[in-house]
Formats: sequence, C-alpha cells, structure tokens
Amino acid sequence: MQVLESRHVSKEVSSPDGTLTIVDDVSFAVERGQSLAIVGPSGSGKSTLLAILAGLETPTRGAVFLNGHELTALDEDGRAALRARRVGFVFQSFHLVPSLTALENVMLPLELAGLADAAATARGALDAVGLGARLGHYPRQLSGGEQQRVALARAFVGRPDLLFADEPTGNLDSATGAKVAELLFGLNRAAGTTLVLVTHERELARRCDRVLELDAGRLVGGNAAP
Amino acid sequence: MRALRFALAAFLRDARGGELGVLAGAIIVAVTALTAVGFFTNRMALGIREQAGTVLAADLRLESGRPLEADGPYVAEARRRGLAATRLVGFASVVVAGGTTQLASVVAAGKGYPLRGSLKLAPAPFAPGVASRGLPAPGEAWVDPRLLARLGVAVGGELALGAERFRVSAVLDYRPDQGTGFQDLAPTILIPAGDVAATRLVQPGSRATWSLLFAGPADAVEGYASWLRAHKSDAERLIDVGESSEQMKSATERAGRFLNLAALVTVLLAAVAVAMGARRYATRHLDTAALLKCMGASQGFVLRVTVLELTGVALAAALLGTLAGFAAQAGLGYLVRGLVRGDLPPPSLAPAALGLGTALVMLVGFALAPLLQLRQVPPARVLRHTLEPPPLRYGLPYLVAVATLALLLIGLVRDPRLIGYAAGGIALAGLALFGAGLGLVRALKRLRGGAGIAWRYGLASVARRGRESAVQIVAFGLGLTVLLLLVLVRNDLLGEWRRTLPPDAPNHFLINIEPADAAPLADLLVAHGVPRPALAPWVRARLTAVNGAPLKTRMPKTDRGRAFAEREQNLSWSATLPADNRVVEGRFWEHPDPRRPEVSVASEFQEELGLKLHDRLTFDVAGDTVEAEVTSVRKVRWDGFRPNFFLLFAPGVLESSTGTLMTSVHLDAAQRPLLTELVRRFPSVTVFDVDALISQVRDLVDRAALAVEYVSAFTLLAGLVVLLAAIQATRDERRYESAVLRTLGASRRTVLLGVAAEFVALGLCAGLLAAGAATAIGWLLATRLFGLGYSLDATVWLAGIAGGVLIVGLSGTLAARDVVTSPPSRTLREG
Ligand SMILES: Nc1ncnc2c1ncn2[C@@H]1O[C@H](COP(=O)(O)OP(=O)(O)OP(=O)(O)O)[C@@H](O)[C@H]1O
Ligand SMILES: [Mg+2]
Repeated sequence: MQVLESRHVSKEVSSPDGTLTIVDDVSFAVERGQSLAIVGPSGSGKSTLLAILAGLETPTRGAVFLNGHELTALDEDGRAALRARRVGFVFQSFHLVPSLTALENVMLPLELAGLADAAATARGALDAVGLGARLGHYPRQLSGGEQQRVALARAFVGRPDLLFADEPTGNLDSATGAKVAELLFGLNRAAGTTLVLVTHERELARRCDRVLELDAGRLVGGNAAP
Repeated sequence: MRALRFALAAFLRDARGGELGVLAGAIIVAVTALTAVGFFTNRMALGIREQAGTVLAADLRLESGRPLEADGPYVAEARRRGLAATRLVGFASVVVAGGTTQLASVVAAGKGYPLRGSLKLAPAPFAPGVASRGLPAPGEAWVDPRLLARLGVAVGGELALGAERFRVSAVLDYRPDQGTGFQDLAPTILIPAGDVAATRLVQPGSRATWSLLFAGPADAVEGYASWLRAHKSDAERLIDVGESSEQMKSATERAGRFLNLAALVTVLLAAVAVAMGARRYATRHLDTAALLKCMGASQGFVLRVTVLELTGVALAAALLGTLAGFAAQAGLGYLVRGLVRGDLPPPSLAPAALGLGTALVMLVGFALAPLLQLRQVPPARVLRHTLEPPPLRYGLPYLVAVATLALLLIGLVRDPRLIGYAAGGIALAGLALFGAGLGLVRALKRLRGGAGIAWRYGLASVARRGRESAVQIVAFGLGLTVLLLLVLVRNDLLGEWRRTLPPDAPNHFLINIEPADAAPLADLLVAHGVPRPALAPWVRARLTAVNGAPLKTRMPKTDRGRAFAEREQNLSWSATLPADNRVVEGRFWEHPDPRRPEVSVASEFQEELGLKLHDRLTFDVAGDTVEAEVTSVRKVRWDGFRPNFFLLFAPGVLESSTGTLMTSVHLDAAQRPLLTELVRRFPSVTVFDVDALISQVRDLVDRAALAVEYVSAFTLLAGLVVLLAAIQATRDERRYESAVLRTLGASRRTVLLGVAAEFVALGLCAGLLAAGAATAIGWLLATRLFGLGYSLDATVWLAGIAGGVLIVGLSGTLAARDVVTSPPSRTLREG
C-alpha cells in the first residue's frame, strides 16, 4: 500500500528576476516500510520538496497523498493534525528546544498528540538511543551527536508511519554521522517506518531501498518507479 | 487543558531562563506606579480635602435663609452617620460703643465651631494672631480688628449688640470660613450661639443666614451629602469643599494633574517596554513555534499556549506590582506623615484590581501583535531558517491597544485632555525620534571610513541594522527624554508653580474704594513702602436675563449654579486681557465698540450657567439695564491672588455706573499696622486678609510637589526599563556576531570596543534627540497644560548628550559584556 504519493508537484516562487521554479513536476510514490533517499546538488530543491511532502509548505501545483488522504486539500491546521498522528522529523540542525531537557524534548510530540504516559514512553525511547543516563540534560550540555540522537528518539517515540529526515548527518563528523545513521536505519527497521531521507551523501543514500535524484527541481534519475 | 499545561511548563522554563525579564519588569513597574498612585491619590485627596475643608470650617455646609435647627432631622441623620455637626447664625447688625455705631456682620457659633481649621486670636488689633480653641464665653465677643479700630474699643472694653452688652475678650484675627468672595463685607463679631436670643435681633422673618456645618470621614461625608441632596429643599444650599475656594480648587486641580501626568507617562512608557519585550519574546520563540507546528500543533494551540503563558506573566507581574505598590504607598505615607492629618483611608482592593486590569490590557494590547505573528510562523522554518512569518501590520493591533489603554486611563484619571497630551506627546516624540534616528543612521554609514576597527565595526553594526537601530534610538530616546524631563524640566515646572505664589504674592484685598479715595489711598500705601497698586473698577449688579429670557425661567440645576445666578455679580472692565487670564473660547476685544457692549465670562461661570458664545446677558446695574454679548470665555488662574472677575466688560459700557475700585497688595507683618490708619481714614474701604488662605495654598503646593517627586521615581524606573528593553533587543544577534568575530580571530577587547562604539553612537543620537524632545515637551507642558511660563535651558542639551553617551554607552556595553565573553563555541553550537 502507498503511504506517500506525489502527483505532479511543482513549486514556484516569485523573485526579482521573475518566477523561479524550485520543484518541477515531481511525481512518485512510496510503499509502506520502504526507505527512499532524495539526492541532488545543493540548491536543487530537496528541502523544498521534503517540506511539501510533509505538508509544511503547499505546492503551487499538484497534490500529495499521505495514507490516502489528500494532504494538499487540507488547511494548515488539518495538515498539522495529520502530522501529529503519523509523521516524525529529523533535521540537519537537530532543532531541540533549548529550554527543554532531553526527556522533555522527547515527550513533546506525545504531549502534543495528547497521549498518556508520555514520560515513561519517552524514557524508553531515550534508552533505545543509548541516552538513558542523560534524561535531565539540556541540549547545550550535549554533543552534536548526542543531540541528534535525542532528535531521533523524539522522531520515533510517537511510532509514526512516516519519518522525514533532512540531512540528518549533515552537521556531524563522519564517525558520529555513521553512528547516527546506524541508529536511524536500525530504528527504522525495528519500527517498520517508512523513511524519506534527503541527503547529498552517496553512502547514506545507498543504504535506502530507492534513490531519487533531483536537479534544478526535476527528477533526473534513480529508480523513480517503485 | 493541554495548552494550559504546556503554557505553565513554558512559563516556568522561560522564567528560569530569564526570557521574561523585560516583559515582566515593565509590567511590574507600571502596576506598581499605578497602584501606588492610586493609593496615594486617595490619601492626597483626603489631605487636600481637609486642607480645603478649612475654608468652609467644615467638610460640608448647608445654608438657608430660614432657621435650621440644631436638633432637627438633618443633624440627627448626620450624627447617625458618625459626623460632627454644629450650627451658625449670621446676620448684619449695628454695633454701638461709646456713641459710635458701625455695621457689623454677626456670627453666632454653636459648640464645636470651627469643625475644620481653627480661629486665630490676637491680643491687640492687627497684632499677629495665634491659633486657639473654643469659643467666647457667654456674654463675651471676639471682634474683628477693623471693627475695633473704627469703634475705638480696646480688648476688655464693652459694646452693645441689640438688647445685650458684650465684653470684648479677644481680637478675632482670622476665622477659616471668612471667605474671599467679598460677599460679607462688614467686619465680623463672633458671639456664642446661646447669646443670640438675648440680643433679640433674630426674629422670625429677619434677614439672617442659618448654616449647619458637618465634618467627618470622607466616605461618610460623601454618603451624607447625597442623602442631604435628596432631602433638602431648593431654598437650602449645600456647599462642599470643591466649591469653597477658587484658589484652592485651582491649586488642587493642578496638583492632581501633575500626579496623574507622572503616573500616565509611567504607564505609557511601560507599554513601550512591553511592546519591545513582546517583540523579543516572539522572535525568540519563532523556532519553537515552528517546531511545535511541525510536530502537529495547530495554529490555535500555538496561540493558546502563548496567550496563556503571557497571561501567567501578567498575573505574576501584577501580583508583584501590587505588592510593591502597597509598600510604595506606605513609604509615601511616611514621607508626608507630617502633612496629612487625621486617619488615612484603609487600603482598599480597588487599586489591586486596577493593577491587574492594567497588566492584562498592556500585555494583550501591546504583546498581541507579535504573538499573532507567532501563530503564523510557517512550519517550514524548521527546514529553512530564514522563513519569517508574514510581515506584521502593527497598525491595527497597536491602535486597538492604545485605545484600550486610553479608555482604562480615562477611567482612572478622568482627564481626557491630559491623556491626549501625554499619549500624543509620546507618540509624536516616538515618530520624530524614529524619523530622525533613521536619518542619523544613514549619516553614520558615511562616517565609518576613518576610525579604528572597533569604531568601524560598531558604526557598521548601527548602519546595518538600519530600522532596528532606529527603533533602538526611539526607545533610548524616549527613556532619555523622560529622564531629562524628570531631572531638569520637572524642577523647572515645580519651581515655576511655586513661583506663582511668591513670598510677595498679594495677601490683602482692599475693596470698596471710592473713586475719590483712590489717589490718597494709593499715596498712603506708597508712603509705607508698598508699591503703587493697580486699581480695578468694580460694579455690583444682578443678572436678570439671558438672551432676553428672564433668569427665573432658566435656573441652573446645581446649588452652585443657582448661587452663581442669584447672587450679586461683581463686574469690572478692562481694555486688555489681565494677567492670570487665558482666553479659551472666542476672542478678547482689541477695539471694542461701546455701541455693541461685549462681556467676557470666566469658564466656571460659563459652565455653571450653561452659557454659549454670543449669548446676550442682561444686568440690572443699580436700576439701569445693561445688555452685553458674550464674546469670549476666560480660564482664570485664581491662585495668583490678584483681583479677577467672573464677568469682565469691554471699556465704554460701565464707566457711567456707580462703582468702586479694588486692588490687592502685599503687606508684610511690619506693614500691617498701617491698616489701622487706613480703615480710619477711609472708612468705606474693606480690607481682606488672605494670608491664611495663601499659606494653605502654599502648603498644598509643597505637599503636592513632594508627592510628584515620589511618583516620578516610578516614571524614572519605567524609563530605565525601556532602556533595558532596547539593549536587550539586539542581544541575541549580537551574541552570534561576536561569536563569529571572535572565531575569526578578533580579540575580546576589540569586540567589546566595537559594541561600546555602537552603543555610544546610539546613545549620542538618542541623547541629542531626547534633548530636543524634552525641550519641546517641557515647553508644551508648561504653557498648554499648566499655564506656567517656561524658559529654555541649555543644560538640557548638555545633559542629554552626556547622559545618552554615558547611560546608553555604559549600560549597553555592560549588558553586552557577558554576550561577548561567553565562549564562542557554545554560542555557535546553540545556533
Ligand atoms: N521561499 C523561497 N523564496 C525564494 N527562493 C526559495 C524559497 N525557497 C527555496 N528557494 C530557493 O530554491 C532553491 C532550492 O532550495 P532548497 O532549500 O530546496 O535546496 P536544497 O536542495 O535543499 O539545497 P541544500 O542541499 O543546500 O540544502 C534554492 O536556490 C533556494 O534559494
Ligand atoms: Mg536543503
């Protein structure tokens, strides 16, 4: 079954030199449990496409379906509600809330979804990324790799159907990056989550079931068909 | 529910992290100032009321041309409400001593008189009086020195009043209710009320005035006054403190204005700080809001969390502010303890509610706009940091905020004009500062070539931030303007106010001067070292009709208005607008045409009688009918103690009527004996001693000035909070920049010098602009609002520039120090 489908998605922005097409007629679909890498040079529109797929932004044309729901037909709050139940995120720059402890950061999506037992669940998730001893630490007391592990725990704690990751290792040295990647794929396998990963690291992309290549907003290669 | 829990957590977190400092600080200062002023104005009002009450010898006075019984229902009700009451009977009578007769005004006083203030007795005529208690014993009288002088009777002598003889046991130098209205012209003789019957002068139908005097706690008096208003007859006239003395009222109003102005500016400044704090709060929470939305929070949820959190801030700050306000007003009570007599009102909860209301209005009003923006932050900001919420339309929310605040303040201060001036002044100053700030920032761009790296970096920062810098200059400028106004202009203003009552202010009115006596009387004064007085013509008349309609058909509703309408009017004329007068409506004549008589009325008269420009007033002047058109309305400053008139005619109308002249002069203690000679040589002249009233007004001014100084300390605090908010505004950006600079190899010293250069430049601009603003505002305040003179002062400019450079430069650099010194790695890692 298709968890995510992109149908003729385009994004245009107006700039001083006329209309700029950032994402150009992108269509593809992702099956449940699959992992998909989107690669391409810097500025090719990867992050923009990811934002549209996750409903953070709206496309200029085309439609996105998440679990069969037309995401692009919903308003911002509707999209947010869908995300709260089905979607997790990992970002290049971690995006932990600086004034929350590791535990509180991981509890955040659970509390937003109104789940009981948030603390216990979150503790389990932090244990799973090997940070069970750092529950009370604030982001500034953690190394970059540790912060990203907290972010991973936060992304998986709500058992999302779909995980979006934008350059999850981009801010880390290669050794730490490798460790975080290991953890990401491990958790993904264990939870059976569908993964959409934006990266320009070939190594990381190769570990995914499929790779899509983007250039100047267009799909130019990779195994576009499932 | 979820939002509430989130908000609570966020509140605790942000409070811990120091995110809320400026915001809460601003609210605390505003609430403290308002509650303290609220409490204090209560006390001031009480003190002033008492002070003014001495002019009535009571808090409340009921007068009637028919007997008012000392054991009647009015007094019974007053006693039931815990008020003290006594009775006066006043009538005119001839006094005889050794073959000489004189007309005197007899006052027969009941036990307890005067209920407010005290009588002053002197051992010999025109000797200094000493405050004393009690009343003359039966068969004794205390007599006005002028009367004794005319009768040739000394203390210990006897005089006859009707069928009874009285022994003069003291000279009556002063009684608190002797008045300044020139209504009771004859000198007073005070006897005990029990002796009235024996004189057989007061019979049913006699011309006499019966008065009941009441005094007590303010709220009891208020309650009783409204009861009395409902139960008394129209023929009985109720006089309260507010209308007892124009001079006192004038001074009281001005005192209230000063106080309210200080409180108003405090609140408005605090609002500016709140707006800045909220902006910073919003900017710092953009990322979190985006993240929450990314994780599935709805717009409404984000808004609820923020609003709830800030409501928490408002509640906490209001609570702290109210407590501080309580403490502050206690300090105030201590400061003025010698001045306020009697029991102070117990602290009520009203100021606390007011504080809470203000806190909420300020926060909702001035923080709402940036908060609404938080709600709209695009969630994709988590992927692309430069994504900002759609630009704010500040206009509408701030307009709503200002309107709400204005309504709140109007409810509090009940002086829309004052609020208009204060709010308009701050808004105008803000706009002007912003414009000028932008200009200066542009100019700085060109300056940055020469100086060292620190200067270059500092000036570049100012220039690059452009609008942001201009906003900072506005905030610094406003803060400095207020500091300047407080430190320099306030003193000028208060000093100016005190000078309206200089030591040589006229303290005696001489009235009823026959035109023939004018020259010799002036010569007599000059011979005793008194400057030659200016004499004002004075004609008595009755108002008979307005626009042709008899006065009876359009009687004013209020007791005061009726009294105004019915009493004999004092008319005068003048070719020029007298000093102490300001035309508020219409135009004062320049070339009056005697065939079209014009009259100018004082604003009090106009209000009480409901007159409009171009109304025709008809007077009966000793049998002749005079009609004149109202061509201007004057605001009169009565507290200058110079002869002033409700009704002033253009020249060429009244000159032919029989009238007298009046003047006011200053006599010091050594010159007072000349009065004995004066009243002997010019028996028709009546002398009024207003020394006591002047010292009452002076006392009031001093007390109010003290209170204003105290309250303006809060204004000062508010100014400082605005400065702080402005320094905080660019803190995050600066933290990041300095980390980058230091990573690139700049020394800590260079970065700090750069920051210092930036703040010094900002301070210089702000100080310069603030000096200009303070001068303009000071001039406006003085001339428009307080009717005082104002002289330009060069020190304002020096102080402005020096203060700007020092205060902004130093405090900005100090505040930025930890930003600069914290390890760059940490800053960069946190992003
Ligand atoms: N709202 C916008 N307005 C203008 N230009 C935009 C906007 N959003 C994206 N762009 C432009 O679109 C292009 C694609 O941006 P995007 O962030 O998607 O690239 P990317 O492939 O993620 O690059 P990188 O690998 O460097 O992260 C860039 O040139 C960017 O400047
Ligand atoms: Mg990208």
